[in-house]
Amino acid sequence: MTDTHSAPEHSGHQSSTALSPLADPGLPPHVYRRADTEPSAAKKAERQVAILFGLSAASTIAFIASFVGINKDVFVFIPLFGSTQAQQLALGITLALSLFLIGAGAVHWAKTLMPDHEVIQERHELRSSDEDRQGVIDVFHEGAEAAGLGRRSLIKRTLLGSVGLVTLTPILLLRDLGPLPRKQLETTNWAAGRRLITDPGGIVLKAADLQVGSVAHVLPEMPKGSETTLNDLVKDAVIVVRLRPEDLNLPADRKDWVHEGIIAFSKICSHMGCAVGLYEQQTHHLLCPCHQSTFDVETGAQVIFGPAARPLPQLAITIDSEGYLIAKQGFMEPVGPSFWERSS
Amino acid sequence: MKKILRHRRHPVAHFLVLGIALLAIGFGYTLLSPSNAAVATNARSQAVEEGRQIFLKGCSSCHGLNAEGSTQVPTLLGVGAASVDFQVGTGRMPLANASQQAMRKTPVYNAEETAALAAYVASLSTGPAIPNAAQLNYERDGSIAEGGQLFRTNCAMCHNYAGQGGALTQGKYAPTLMGVQVKTMYEAMLTGPQSMPVFGDRTLTPQQKLSVIKFIKGVDSEKGQGGFSLGKVGPVTEGLVAWVLGLGLLIGVSVWLGAKSK
Repeated sequence: MTDTHSAPEHSGHQSSTALSPLADPGLPPHVYRRADTEPSAAKKAERQVAILFGLSAASTIAFIASFVGINKDVFVFIPLFGSTQAQQLALGITLALSLFLIGAGAVHWAKTLMPDHEVIQERHELRSSDEDRQGVIDVFHEGAEAAGLGRRSLIKRTLLGSVGLVTLTPILLLRDLGPLPRKQLETTNWAAGRRLITDPGGIVLKAADLQVGSVAHVLPEMPKGSETTLNDLVKDAVIVVRLRPEDLNLPADRKDWVHEGIIAFSKICSHMGCAVGLYEQQTHHLLCPCHQSTFDVETGAQVIFGPAARPLPQLAITIDSEGYLIAKQGFMEPVGPSFWERSS
Repeated sequence: MKKILRHRRHPVAHFLVLGIALLAIGFGYTLLSPSNAAVATNARSQAVEEGRQIFLKGCSSCHGLNAEGSTQVPTLLGVGAASVDFQVGTGRMPLANASQQAMRKTPVYNAEETAALAAYVASLSTGPAIPNAAQLNYERDGSIAEGGQLFRTNCAMCHNYAGQGGALTQGKYAPTLMGVQVKTMYEAMLTGPQSMPVFGDRTLTPQQKLSVIKFIKGVDSEKGQGGFSLGKVGPVTEGLVAWVLGLGLLIGVSVWLGAKSK
């Protein structure tokens, strides 16, 4: 009690005189745990640790038992979580318990029974002695002199040249990782006259097949025998919607890119390349499910909300003599998100 | 004639004259009323008439006396019986209040009244008809693999990859497909109710529609094989569980680790 009373007075006295560095407070007095002083408490803690380890072992045995014993088509109903397969549930819970209880036992052991005296680790200076340092330098100079680095300059130069050249080899091998992208990012399989087929489904679409308010996900119909890959699919995907022609409000140069209210856009979001497939029939909005970029179909997929910076590229469509929907031309700009060399 | 007139004050005369008049009206009506040929379609026209009555009472205040609609309300000309059966049969119509979208609720009209309404609206203009049981045999005609492909391209972005439903813009939402009747789903694809686009029979054939339904029913009846499904809505609930339960447990353990033993 007296200590705590005198402490403020003491510091007040000090601040009035010259500032002195704080004295090393030393270690706080060691507090003994019950297990340190009472043998019965130590015995109890030992039992607790043993119980934790024992429970872990029992849980592992239960894990084995449920793997062997529970039939795979037994389902149990857990309130709030619903019906779930009993075996998977038992495996998960028992394995989690057996791992957790080993850790819990170890921690409890360390906290109650292992020595907990605070120990100060002594440190010494890291710098080597001056003699040792000078010795290393001498040895180096001696070696260099003996090898003739200073005198035999031909060796020195060819060595530097060969080491420098050999570092180029991994850079050269990098070129072998794959073909250069070339114009792949700017081109798609859409071209004048390509018919629109649904994907999946493979129906070649006619203008009459689409009612007002309907939507179709299409790909270009490729000539027989040509191969397409998933790389093509991610660029070629197009969404076709039909609305009433009077609802459209397109820029003048794109008025003839639609056929009787049937309008087609690249399905690849201009933000991050997700598939923009979410079409709201009443508002005529196309929505990207990844980041909620919203495109207004009426005005040519202008961005009205979200992080996308550009409208979706529009595919000019028309019909051929048989009434099939065809592309009037390929895409006039690269589809999908921005990339380094993109022109616009 | 005079002989008969003489009895005109007779007490029976009143009833006799009345009887003759009634018989005359009765015969006259049967002669003038629609002929027997019309009796065959009578039941249908009766349903149309019944539907018209229900329509005038329950629907015409918004949709107009001739179902012509307005700037705010869609016209019902050309929507077909399937659309009426979907909207009224699932309780979405009549609208309870003008909220973001019509919600599924207990239907106001029973099956008979719904059928009458559908018959009336179908009589106004042609449109998709209600599919019958033979058209809805998805177990026989659908392919679950094809349905999965179609679902992921055409439906998953709104209804979630497992048909659990999802959010649209400004408070609208795509409803869950779990536990929905086969006929209802078929009609929805056929007619494109509310925000949903139309998937007509020529962009998504009837057989493909049944495949989609078979896939949805497959997801619906799937049991939780690998632990808890967490509502099958994807990363949101999974993240919630990981952050709240998982991190909570870790914090609890670290507090225990740091506490000094007594």
